[in-house]
Amino acid sequence: MAEILAFEHVSIAYDGRAGRQIILNDVSFSIGAGEALGLVGESGCGKSTVALATMRYLPRGMSVIEGHIRVEGRDTAGLSDQELSRIRGNRIAMVYQDPMSSLNPVMPIGKQLMEVPLLHGETDEKAAFSRAVQMLEEVRLPAAEAMMERYPHQLSGGQQQRVVIAMALMAEPALLIMDEPTTGLDVTIEAAILELVRDLRAKFGTAILFISHNLGTVARICDRIGVLYAGRMVETGQIGTVFRGPAHPYTRGLLGALPRLSGGGRRGKLRPIEGTIGAGDRSRIGCAFVPRCSFAVRHECEERPIAMVDLGGDHLARCARLDAIRASVKDEHDTVATAAGSNAPIVLRVRKLSKEYKLSSFFGGEKKGVVRAVTDVDLDARAGETLAIVGESGCGKSTLARIVSGLLAGTSGEVKLGETDLTKLKVDDRPPEIRRQIQMVFQNPDSTLNPSHSIAYALSRPLRMLRNLASGDAKAEVSSLLAQVRLPAEMAERMPHQLSGGQRQRVAIARALAGNPELVVADEPVSALDVSVQAAILNLLGELLEQSQLGLVLISHDLALVRHMADWVAVMYLGRVVEYGPVEQVFSPPFHPYTEALLRAAPTPDPDAAPPSAALEGMMPSPTEIIVGCAFASRCPSRIAGLCDTTPPPVRQFGDHRIACHLDLGGQVPVAPGGLTEMRSSTS
Amino acid sequence: MLRYSAKQLLNMALTLFAVSFLVFALNELSPGDVTRKILGPYASQSQVDHLTREMGLDRPAIVRYFEYMGRALTGDFGDSIYYRQPVSTLIWDRLGNTLLLAAISFAVIVPLSVLLGVLAGMRERGWFDRAVSVFSSMCASIPEFAMGVFLLGIFVVWLGVLPGTSPLRADSGWAIWMQFVLPVLVVTFYDAGYLIAMVRSSMVEVMRQPYIRTALLKGNSFRNVVAKHALRNALITPFTVILLQLNYLVSGLVVVETLFAYPGFGRLMLEAALAKDIAVLEAGTLIAVSVTMLTQLFGDLGYMALDPRIRV
Amino acid sequence: MTEIIHDVPAGRVGVIRDSAQSTPAGLFRRIYDILTRSPIGTIGGAILLTWTLLAIFAPWVAPYSPTKIDPELIADPYPSAQHWLGVDHLGRDILSRLIWGARTVLTVAPTAVLGAVILGTFLGLLAGYRGGIVDAIIMRVGDTLLAFPKIILYLIIIAKFGASAFNIIAVITLSSAPIIARIVRGVTLDIKNRDYVAAARMRGESALFIMFVEILPNARGPLIVDFFLRLGYTTIAIGVLGFLGVGLPPPTPDWGGMVKEAYGMIFVWPHMTIIPSLAISSLVIGANFLATGLREASLDG
Repeated sequence: MAEILAFEHVSIAYDGRAGRQIILNDVSFSIGAGEALGLVGESGCGKSTVALATMRYLPRGMSVIEGHIRVEGRDTAGLSDQELSRIRGNRIAMVYQDPMSSLNPVMPIGKQLMEVPLLHGETDEKAAFSRAVQMLEEVRLPAAEAMMERYPHQLSGGQQQRVVIAMALMAEPALLIMDEPTTGLDVTIEAAILELVRDLRAKFGTAILFISHNLGTVARICDRIGVLYAGRMVETGQIGTVFRGPAHPYTRGLLGALPRLSGGGRRGKLRPIEGTIGAGDRSRIGCAFVPRCSFAVRHECEERPIAMVDLGGDHLARCARLDAIRASVKDEHDTVATAAGSNAPIVLRVRKLSKEYKLSSFFGGEKKGVVRAVTDVDLDARAGETLAIVGESGCGKSTLARIVSGLLAGTSGEVKLGETDLTKLKVDDRPPEIRRQIQMVFQNPDSTLNPSHSIAYALSRPLRMLRNLASGDAKAEVSSLLAQVRLPAEMAERMPHQLSGGQRQRVAIARALAGNPELVVADEPVSALDVSVQAAILNLLGELLEQSQLGLVLISHDLALVRHMADWVAVMYLGRVVEYGPVEQVFSPPFHPYTEALLRAAPTPDPDAAPPSAALEGMMPSPTEIIVGCAFASRCPSRIAGLCDTTPPPVRQFGDHRIACHLDLGGQVPVAPGGLTEMRSSTS
Repeated sequence: MLRYSAKQLLNMALTLFAVSFLVFALNELSPGDVTRKILGPYASQSQVDHLTREMGLDRPAIVRYFEYMGRALTGDFGDSIYYRQPVSTLIWDRLGNTLLLAAISFAVIVPLSVLLGVLAGMRERGWFDRAVSVFSSMCASIPEFAMGVFLLGIFVVWLGVLPGTSPLRADSGWAIWMQFVLPVLVVTFYDAGYLIAMVRSSMVEVMRQPYIRTALLKGNSFRNVVAKHALRNALITPFTVILLQLNYLVSGLVVVETLFAYPGFGRLMLEAALAKDIAVLEAGTLIAVSVTMLTQLFGDLGYMALDPRIRV
Repeated sequence: MTEIIHDVPAGRVGVIRDSAQSTPAGLFRRIYDILTRSPIGTIGGAILLTWTLLAIFAPWVAPYSPTKIDPELIADPYPSAQHWLGVDHLGRDILSRLIWGARTVLTVAPTAVLGAVILGTFLGLLAGYRGGIVDAIIMRVGDTLLAFPKIILYLIIIAKFGASAFNIIAVITLSSAPIIARIVRGVTLDIKNRDYVAAARMRGESALFIMFVEILPNARGPLIVDFFLRLGYTTIAIGVLGFLGVGLPPPTPDWGGMVKEAYGMIFVWPHMTIIPSLAISSLVIGANFLATGLREASLDG
């Protein structure tokens, strides 16, 4: 097998104001023709540097200080600028994380595509044009010729990424580098893109270097995997071998930290990797993982360089303690299964809640329709239990969260906390007592805390405002809040930028708990965090829930996480709840076709899992569209023509489990088809 | 697009209305001032009152305002009390001179700023970038009158190769085109300093965008990337600002005109202010504000043409 | 007089990472950082500091009275051991006039800019945070003020009310405040949607508290940079007014006025105009360089 790309003991350093910093340390791997290698690791591990180094496009100040990078046998260090230009886009092409910003906003798609053949030998504009159209068809974009005229901002995220892929494949390169190509895309769109990549790979025989933080997506595309930690390759091997028997403690940690879709009990302990990559870890003589490793022994791990150990069958790991680790293998997931779906008292009751925005054009005047962000939603959040709301972006889950929290007002229906109707009561108008009872945890750790104020400020303000503590008492209470989220009391004096993302998110949780709320709304609380950190936060939330009667409304796009955390699940699509029930029942048949599609699309780090079946076609309709029948009808693989698109779906009931669907799933159909409201009131 | 333009025009009319009323109110709410000005300090109060009535200045301000605007729309701005002639005959002439100087300066400033700004910004923090940044920052820091003094010191006092005044008369001993050299140079240094910095920072911002990387990693040469991918994007933001320089070039030339005794619009306004010649000031303000509004409109329209993401 | 209207790009706002500057020790660290990082900022800071010290200690450092007329000196007005920078056409010591002139400029300009910053910040916060009709009114009034070419606004005011330090300050405040309001409004629109503002609302903070305690501190980066830029432009504006003869009334030593008075004699005694021109240029360069340095430092984090 001809080698397309080879890294031979490559070290890369950054020379900056603070002196030399090692970015990659002795990294070796190779990719043969048609082979797909997945490179995984947490943010800051150096995986993107590998991609850029392959292209010989390192940021200023960074350079290869040791080793060789060979592309089709030629050392890239010796290439002239012209030779480099001939390789870039022609022999190696790249697909980037954020497709919108990777495309020139003021140039039509077609022109950007045609540039590739025109740069690499093609002289005939017409030939370049037809090649571009052909490639757009290959990536399954509709109306390819018309697409050529359009600008990037006129396409959806998924379409943009298809264009970038088409552009990369224009010259039929030997190697395709994909740097987090599906990060930020919705799960069904992601599944479709991954399916496309697999098909194209089969068709063109392109080798792939696939960079991702997500083990699940790597499992879908790649044959082999390399695990990077702090600039070093710590483990390589066939996907199946590594996933089934990870050797390096870091790889084991990554796999163990992940909540799983299949099996696993509710809120069982995940195994987070404690700590974060330290500043000095990259330049350690021995193993970089030592500070976070529970198997580390000083003289073996720290004092000398660790070599890659060949475990046979193309499986290598860089660890000095492999034997000791193998001897102490424990159960992968020690889980505490608790029965879910109890009948704890209801804290928050949502009935027929709708939220509409009237659109007027930017300059006033003409109406452009109505956005229906949330339509007829019925839900209950119960004391001491977690209600998860799951769905893709634009499904209305965040709007719902913001109405409950009072950051937005609902248009109609009711949101009741005890006897108080909060639907139209924005937070500024809520009585202090209600404000105390509902608090929120936000998604983005970078903006959840005010960068100008200390942690002590972030925690003492809510204590003073919600519990009327005097400033002295509030100060004392701050350390107990910090302790509650497992942070040392000294943290109080720090500024937010001095904390890691995970620590900031802990502070945000502490802030939400400050007023002893009854209900916490958490909007994607861990989606911006690395897997290992995510696990620790989930464990923390789990513990807090066990200890109290706190109700949690968890907004998430991640089914595995929902499976792990929730007692009750509501699946939302286009502002509507299509399926609702206790977590085990929602995650097992009968399914709403949309839930089923979501479950199929979710990438799982399981080499034995059946390859996902056909991804959903099309896109979610615009929320301004007037939907007569079922909202999902336009994409549903089992839609019944003439029924689903004309008549609102009836609600089928299986005990506590409800599905709004025309298909006969074997459940009870309510006599009078209506919302979930009627059903609820008849049972509760 | 049409709808948008109509809307903008309406907006302009409203602003113009507000501005004109403001100026009118500020200047003419105390009518005695005007007649006192005309008659001089030695006229008796009864004479002043008589003239005030004669000129209709004792009527409500709002009535006089609409009368004034009605006449202004037909091009009649009243008479200058200082120059003793109709404002319209005075002002258009001077405005023509200023527009000529502005046009020449604009034609020098824009290509120069775009060229230097793009070359500097394409390699952020390279030596050329640093040199241009310091140069442009210094140029924008030296007031026009100081720059005028320096250039005059060198080219007129020391070398004696250029005229020190630009009255635009052929009998002054210097060719007309030579009379333009120093005024244009002074304006260019000051204004280009600012524009170069604008273009540069926009270019720097664009060069950091991922699509520039995409273009380079497609196999484009650096030169190609700059010309085909960066340039148009980098000009979107400065475009409006470039057009707005026209405002500065119409009313802001007062310093240069004073320095070189250039018979322009700005100097007329200054003289009017010193002489409290209200009619001239009012007319000049209305014209200057109209120019501002028009360039803003063109700026917005051009912006839309440059950037396909903006559609109204 | 051109005007810098730098809209703050979204996402660039939270870049003031070194928040330790809120403590005095942090502030010194910050200054030290800038000094080591940006040579341009250092040069600018040094120039500004020199002029400030000269202005503060003018009565002690100025060798002569700035207004003392000595006709005998006019025979040889050039720089000499007694008069380092020479004397002007009335025999007044130029160095002393420069030092006392620095005092005038460095009192009027910062006062005017500070006035504009306070007014503009308040209006910008209000417009950005409240939105709706409040926003529309504030921005409309601001746009109307901005539609006046600045110099013409000066001329109208001066024609009506005459030239005085107070009028100059008032005019600069009025014409700069809308621009500052625009900057602050932009920052506010960005920040008010941040999660920490939502968190503040959720615990029941008042709108004023949110505007001034949660939002404003995060706008200080752009505001500080803008302050020094504006200080430079205001210095130019004051100089221009002096040069046009509509500035501070004589005999106040005023750099622009000095240039104007001696301009007619540039062929005979060039130093009388060139030296004050250099003085005003250096002060503006100092302010602009410092602003550049601060901006670089805050973007580098």
